[in-house]
Parts: sequence; C-alpha cells; structure tokens
Amino acid sequence: MNESQHLSSQFDDELSRLRTHVLQMGGLVETQVSAAIDAYSTGEIASVKTIVETDRKVNDLEKAIDDDCAHVIAKRQPTASDLRLILGISKIVTDLERAGDEAKKIAKGVRRIYENGHLPGQYGVGVRHLAEAALTMVRQALDAFARLDTPQAANVIRADTDVDAEFKSIIRQLITHMMEDPRTITTSIDIIWIARAIERIGDHAKNISEQVVFIVEGRDIRHTKEKAN
Amino acid sequence: MQIHDTPTLKAEARNLNFYYGEVKALKSINMPIYDKKVTALIGPSGCGKSTYLRSFNRMHDLYPGNRYEGEIRFYPDNTNLLSPEVDPIEVRMRLGMVFQKPNPFPKTIYENVAYGLRVRGENNSRVLDDKVEQALRGAAIWDEVKDRLQEMAPNLSGGQQQRLCIARALATDPELLLFDEPTSALDPIATGAIEELVHELKKRVTILIVTHNMQQAARVSDYTAYMYLGELIEFGKTDEIFIKPQDKRTEDYITGRMG
Repeated sequence: MNESQHLSSQFDDELSRLRTHVLQMGGLVETQVSAAIDAYSTGEIASVKTIVETDRKVNDLEKAIDDDCAHVIAKRQPTASDLRLILGISKIVTDLERAGDEAKKIAKGVRRIYENGHLPGQYGVGVRHLAEAALTMVRQALDAFARLDTPQAANVIRADTDVDAEFKSIIRQLITHMMEDPRTITTSIDIIWIARAIERIGDHAKNISEQVVFIVEGRDIRHTKEKAN
Repeated sequence: MQIHDTPTLKAEARNLNFYYGEVKALKSINMPIYDKKVTALIGPSGCGKSTYLRSFNRMHDLYPGNRYEGEIRFYPDNTNLLSPEVDPIEVRMRLGMVFQKPNPFPKTIYENVAYGLRVRGENNSRVLDDKVEQALRGAAIWDEVKDRLQEMAPNLSGGQQQRLCIARALATDPELLLFDEPTSALDPIATGAIEELVHELKKRVTILIVTHNMQQAARVSDYTAYMYLGELIEFGKTDEIFIKPQDKRTEDYITGRMG
C-alpha cells in the first residue's frame, strides 16, 4: 500500500476521510455484536432497542460511504492502490452492514427466548464461545483494515474455519437436545438462528479480510484455497 | 478483462541507447511492441518517451550529434531500423507519424492525403481517388469532407485536421503508426473521436502512442510502458499496470503521487 502523499492534498484528505468513516462504521458494528452477545448471556433485553437503533446509524454510514466512493471515482479517476482501496471499501461496507444486520437478528432472537422464559443453562457456553470468536474476528478484520496488515487479515481468514466447525458442532448438540426433549424445540430453533447469525458475522469478517489482501497486494483471494501469506 | 491471445512481435527495442550529443536520453531500453496492439508510453515530461517514439522513424537523424546504440528490430523481416545501412526514407515508408499539433500541408484536403502516394510515384488518378477515399474513411473523416475535398485543409477544425493527418499517415499503408500526444491540443469531443479511431485502427495496424493523459493510456492501450529519466521502468498489460503496478515508481506516477 502506498503511504506517500498525492500531489493533490485534497485527494489525500478525501481518502483518509473515507477510511475514518469505514472505521467509525466498523466500531458501531463491533458494539452491536458485542451488545448482542452480552444480551444473550445476561438476558438484558433492554439493550435490544439500542442495537436496533445503532443499526440505523450503520445503514446511514453505509450509504454515505458508498456515496463518497462514487464521488472519488468521478472526480479523481483513482488508479492502482487508490482504485483498490475504493473498490475494497465499497465491498467492506456491504459486509459491515450485513454483520450489523446479523447482530440485530441475534438481539431479536434473544428477546424472543427471554420473553418466553429463560435460557436453559446447557446452551450458554458453546454459543458464547462461538460469539467471542466471531467478535474477535470482526475486531481483527477492522484492525487489519486500519493498518493494512495482511498477516492479521490472514489470521482472520484462518479463524473462520474454526468458527464454522464450532457452529456445526453446536447444531449437532442442539439436534440431540431436541430429540431427547421435544419441549426444547422452540428455544433450540431460536438458538440455531442465533448461532447461524454469529457464524455469518464470522463470514463477513473473513470477507473484509479478503478485501484487505486485495487492497494491499492486488490479489483476489475470494473463493480460492489461496491463503493470504 | 484479460488478453488471452499470445501476441506476435511487430517490433522490439534491444539495448537501445540514445544520445543528444553528450546527453544520454535513453538508457538500455528493451521493450516489445506487439502486432496490431496499442502500446502507450507514459511518464513525466523529459522522461524520454517522445525521444523513444521518434527513434522508430529515425527522426533524430535530421540533427547532427545525435547517436543511437542498440537496435530496433522490425518484424516480420527482422530489419534493424537503426542500422546505418537502412535508409531512413525506406523506414518512414513503413511507419506513419501523427504529431501533437495537427500539421496539415497548406494544400487541399485531397492533396494532403494524396501527397505521400504521389511522392511514391503513384500518378493514376483513379488509384489516387480510391486510396484517398479509403484513407479518409479509415480516419473517420470521409463523411465530413467528401463534398469539400478541394477546400484548403487548414480551414478544417482542429479535430478534423488531426484526423486528416491520420488519414495522410494511413494513405501509404503503414505497418506501425506513431502517435505523439495526438489529442493534447484537442477538446474532449475531438479527443473521444480520435480514441475511438485508435480502437478501430488497431484491427489493421500496430500503434505506439505517447500520451500525457493517463486515463487516455488506460482507455486506448493494450500495453503500457512507464518511462522515467530515460529508463523503461515497467512494461505490462494496461489492465495490470493500472490496477496492480509492480514498481513503486509506476504506482506513484499513475496515482498522482509524484512531485
């Protein structure tokens, strides 16, 4: 990635503003995910409202950033690393926005569970662990973007495999519970939705990391077995 | 978009050095020019791109003290364009050149295009008529001038004059067209017309174009060469150069970071 300055300092300002906005949006999504996980563990469903409200801000930022990207393309005709940064950002914000949506889904699932009673203790640990792993992925992906750090991006991409495996194991457990005791089916299905949303958040963090590799190295590693170094 | 076909060579610079007296303006340039492709030369002022372009048709021979080293191989016959045994007039028969500022002769539109053919000894008026029409059509200006072929060329607009110069260059069926910033004196519409024309022309002729306009290089060329201080810094497919250049100096230049 090219850190030297453009002849046009205005162009530099535009790009750095864009990056700041992406990180700001990332910060919001991170709080959404983290609050959703807390609500799951504590049953504190008051925070659901905040998570939903934050989602509106995230959506607005997505639109604002996309708009700024369009302006930079129209005005500056970016090339090379600048072009890759703009393309990458416009994909990253889509993933961030969707990760935010998933956090909202978790929050709403939590509300359903706790409104109908309480979370059966045996479900807590696995999902929470999955959620912590996905949240770490989001943080690291945003870090990798902020510092244009491909080794960090590679860590996130590797972590996604673990999250996927853990998700599958939670599903197996829940199926066993449902077969043993059909009264748990309603709650179990809600928990499946929650686990699924968490797993998707991990996918979005992975996508973001793939874009970081594209921005820095110009390699498109999506849908390949190719790893970031 | 990928360029899948393996291109054949039309020309090739081999260890090309060029001196204006004591000043070394080109430093061991090694570069292929692919057949029926557009190759753009980009780089800041004074980087040697025009000097390089003008080596092809031996324009530097016109001034004493200029000196070439190395070769420019021209295919398929594998002639060294720079060899002292090769007559520059012969070379210029095979290459056409279009300059930054349109430079029509102070003659009629018809005569501007017919001139090169007459110099080559063509006097049959039917042949001349045919070739003039073909060249004017090739340069996408026929419809605008067909009813006024006997008017003076300098009365045409800038963009038309430039297309006339392209027609003049095309009339003698050149194998390689050299464009030296062909649109820098033209407005965006005329520029668009020339770029469209370049796209058409490459179906039958190889094109080497010097341009200051990076977006133009990105739009019209298949290959791009970045030159700096007389050296060839990077040569590659245009799609790759503009998305992922290999050299930091190329990157700095095309992203507008070079002071």
